[in-house]
Amino acid sequence: MATTTTTVPGAGPLAGSRSFLSRLRDGDEIARLGTFLFAASVVLITILLVYELWQGSALPRHQFGFSFFRTSVWDPVFDQFGALPFIYGTLVTSALALLIAVPLGVGAAIFLAELAPLRVSDTLEFFIDLLAAIPSVIYGLLGIFIVVPLMRRVIQPQLKHYLGFLPLFQGPAFGLGFLTAGVVLAIMIIPYIISVSREILLSVPRDQREAALALGATRWESTWKVVVPFARSGIFGSVFLALARALGETMAVTMVIGNTPVISASLLSPGDSIASVIASQFKEATGELYTQSLIELGLVLFLLTFILNGLARIMIVVTSKRGTGLGQA
Amino acid sequence: MTRRLRWRKFVSAFMLSMTGVCAVVAVSVLFLILGYLIVHGGASVSWNFFTKLPAPVGEPGGGMANAIVGSAKLLMLAMLVGVPIGFLGAIYLAEFSGTATAFIVRYAADLLNGVPSIVIGIFAYSLAVLPFKHFSTFAGGFALGLMMIPITLRSTEEFLRSVPVSLREGAMALGASKWKTIVTVIVPSAYRGILTTILLAFARVAGETAPLLFTALGNRFWSPGWGQPTASLPVAIYNYAISPYEDWHRQAWAAGLVLLGLILVVNIVARGVLARGISVSRS
Repeated sequence: MATTTTTVPGAGPLAGSRSFLSRLRDGDEIARLGTFLFAASVVLITILLVYELWQGSALPRHQFGFSFFRTSVWDPVFDQFGALPFIYGTLVTSALALLIAVPLGVGAAIFLAELAPLRVSDTLEFFIDLLAAIPSVIYGLLGIFIVVPLMRRVIQPQLKHYLGFLPLFQGPAFGLGFLTAGVVLAIMIIPYIISVSREILLSVPRDQREAALALGATRWESTWKVVVPFARSGIFGSVFLALARALGETMAVTMVIGNTPVISASLLSPGDSIASVIASQFKEATGELYTQSLIELGLVLFLLTFILNGLARIMIVVTSKRGTGLGQA
Repeated sequence: MTRRLRWRKFVSAFMLSMTGVCAVVAVSVLFLILGYLIVHGGASVSWNFFTKLPAPVGEPGGGMANAIVGSAKLLMLAMLVGVPIGFLGAIYLAEFSGTATAFIVRYAADLLNGVPSIVIGIFAYSLAVLPFKHFSTFAGGFALGLMMIPITLRSTEEFLRSVPVSLREGAMALGASKWKTIVTVIVPSAYRGILTTILLAFARVAGETAPLLFTALGNRFWSPGWGQPTASLPVAIYNYAISPYEDWHRQAWAAGLVLLGLILVVNIVARGVLARGISVSRS
């Protein structure tokens, strides 16, 4: 095979082997530079976002320091801003959502990945994807008009009747509140858990299942004791992803949580969350300190979701790498 | 069969059928939502809804023409911001960039993708509202466009990368420059995936409310030009749903039905028709 090194203009197999001028003539350099500007703008926007959040919240950071996160008084009239009730509300509603959504979501994912025939599984997955596409304001709409009345008339009185001795279920049943927000959030994050977990479960190698079945395990035992542990970190990843969504979820929560900055042990009590206080007060916020305190809440939210998303991605990548059978005996 | 084996088989059958129940419950939510919206909203969707301005409280009739037009304008702006950056940025990532640059850009995009929509709203507010001292259609479109960027970027890159190497080599062996190869071979052969991506990103931001609350704000009337606050369907649904008026609630349901209909149709077209046979990553 004869390899010629004569350079035919514009005919080299690799862009690097041609002279700069010929590449410029073909538009390669221009294209490279042009597309680079667009790619770089993504990085720029992200940096600017962090910068704006940091810059925009300078005032309360100096004035309150860490006590911003420890105090629970939110009084715009006297310029007192403590974020604790909102952080509490965000954590409680998200925890409730996970409590409901994880078993349901993982269960459904197991069904889709392990049990359902491929065609059924794909069809159901199509519906799940549609469900994930429904905007949160629609969930909020249904929350206000369907879930809240249901909670007020049926579920909360029942809870109080049977579990009223617990501090969790005391106080009047408004319908609006932590519990309702948690339920609506759960409905919203289930599709994410199902989609990601299903894909993770499908990436578990077949021989893992076959080996378990060959050893005499029942179908459930092979699923629960072999396949699920194999996919464990990926499933955790999907849960973290869902948690990040739940923390940042705004509209649906704003519409059903009651918008009252209180810390209450009772789940029936109205409350507020970080995202919903920004949504409901930012527009009307008067005064630098008020606005900037809300921006600092935004910064907190950003950091929380940033950490969770990072963890989730690591866990999902780890599992799917394992699932492709690299070095798995 | 020993008792132990019978028990194990019973547990297996029981747990597996429970997972089936979970799946049915999860999917049935979709039909519940659709059903409620059609029942409550269907009655209020009329010709007036699409052509009239909102009526004052207590007056029957009225529509949301301004919100529909406002949403269309916002989404157009969003496409103008999101699609070029996402698409061309993806071309850079897939075709030109070195590993380190690509890593940084991808990381930034993933970060941006995970930012809660309300925080995007704050960002757009401080960038596009504060300097001009008033809320505008432009700011709202900018906020939505920001949300489209990472979705478009990441999946477009994936589709570009999945074009077989033999196609590139073929084009280059024929003497095409890299740029020409991209324009005439790579992008055309990945166009279905790319179009799907853009449609899905569009559907995703079409229902976003939080970034619009303090950028595009809302408007009871028509919004002339691009520098005024404008009504939009999602924000209208929110404002009407939390209002105490019965007629407004009905309008909220109707708007919800229209919005969800639009989003589901775009999704079904994108996933079911365009994306047949290719796998669309979820973001």
